Amino acid sequence: MADKNACMTCGGRGGLCGGKGIATLKEGVWTNNPLAIQVLGICSALAVTNKLSNSLVMGCAFLFVCVGSNLFVSLLRNNIPHRIRMIAEVAIIATFVILFDQFLKAYYWEMSKQLGPYVGLIITNCIVMGRAEAFALQNPPIVSIVDGVANGIGYGVALAIIGFARELFGSGQVVLGNLVLDLGYWYTPNQLMILAPGAFFVFGVLIAFFNLVKGGDGEEDKK
Amino acid sequence: MSDTSAIVILIAAIFTNNILLSNFLGMCSFIACSSQVGTALGLGTAVTFVMTMTTMINYSVYYFLLVPLKLVHLQFIVFIAVIAAFVQLVEMIVERFSPKLYFSLGIFLPLITVNCAILGASLFAIIRNYTFIQTIGFGFGAGLGWLVAIVLMAGLQQKMRYSDIPQPFKGVSVAMIITCVMAMAFMGFAGMVTIQ
Repeated sequence: MADKNACMTCGGRGGLCGGKGIATLKEGVWTNNPLAIQVLGICSALAVTNKLSNSLVMGCAFLFVCVGSNLFVSLLRNNIPHRIRMIAEVAIIATFVILFDQFLKAYYWEMSKQLGPYVGLIITNCIVMGRAEAFALQNPPIVSIVDGVANGIGYGVALAIIGFARELFGSGQVVLGNLVLDLGYWYTPNQLMILAPGAFFVFGVLIAFFNLVKGGDGEEDKK
Repeated sequence: MSDTSAIVILIAAIFTNNILLSNFLGMCSFIACSSQVGTALGLGTAVTFVMTMTTMINYSVYYFLLVPLKLVHLQFIVFIAVIAAFVQLVEMIVERFSPKLYFSLGIFLPLITVNCAILGASLFAIIRNYTFIQTIGFGFGAGLGWLVAIVLMAGLQQKMRYSDIPQPFKGVSVAMIITCVMAMAFMGFAGMVTIQ
């Protein structure tokens, strides 16, 4: 296990990273968006996107965990023995996930109940592991933080798009705090969008959209 | 919750509350390994076995170790450590005693540690307050449900190789849309049995 890549489940695409600073940022958010282009870590992405507010909280959780684990893996990168690096990474990631989970439970109990086990499942999210493995282990702390922020934002934006579309078409209105966007009476809400099939559909269309805009071929991304 | 029998939970976990189609767990390997029916079957079997065992172990660890010691907040890190250790152990045992099985199943075992369905099943069993017997039913049923979903998907993917799909939709995108249709079909089971 120790010498296997964390992301082999997902086709091992975690290793695609060059560039530093701004280039890293752009890559994480757009050209190599973890969710829409690399299609990593979709498990938790689909489950929490039935509402925009849930998606945003999940995006924040992800950003926090990704930045924190990247920073600490990077700081410790010269001290972690190669053979046990996977378990060390998992321990670091799990620590940050527990911190965020405790924070939600203490201050946002309702939200914590709605997200259920999916905050905990960030631990097995291939993106966090992939970034720690492929980027933070080879790069100094500052660049690793930028990489964490970029991937966190990229993931969060994709989540927010899916959440927005599902809530809008599923219940006819998007509620975020005091802001309400209502489609009006002419639109009959399609409950299916909030349920499981809607998640798969919206996500499929989002990937297709990214492929179309990038002019890429979907088949290339698959393997 | 405690009056539902384990059999009902097992059936519900396969059909109405399929861990993949209604809880979205284990999507990564679902997308990556669903091009061949044989591969899907191997991976599904391995997942079913590991899921049944780890939900039982994690349940015991949670109620007999973490709760008395008031260390409930450590459940994530303990569960993932248990899963990783268990998978490693199974891999070593299978390699030692049955090289044939190791070659057919062994390659899937390391993948299972990072399969979120395994950790998810353990967490669900705790969140839903199952008893020990119900947890066994749930772990086994969730594994079987995952197996059913990935094998069906592999069959569809093999057929789809000859379809003419619009360029941007090729690959993962169309796989998602098929999964959407599959999830809709599985929703037809809703009402047969219900848990939560």
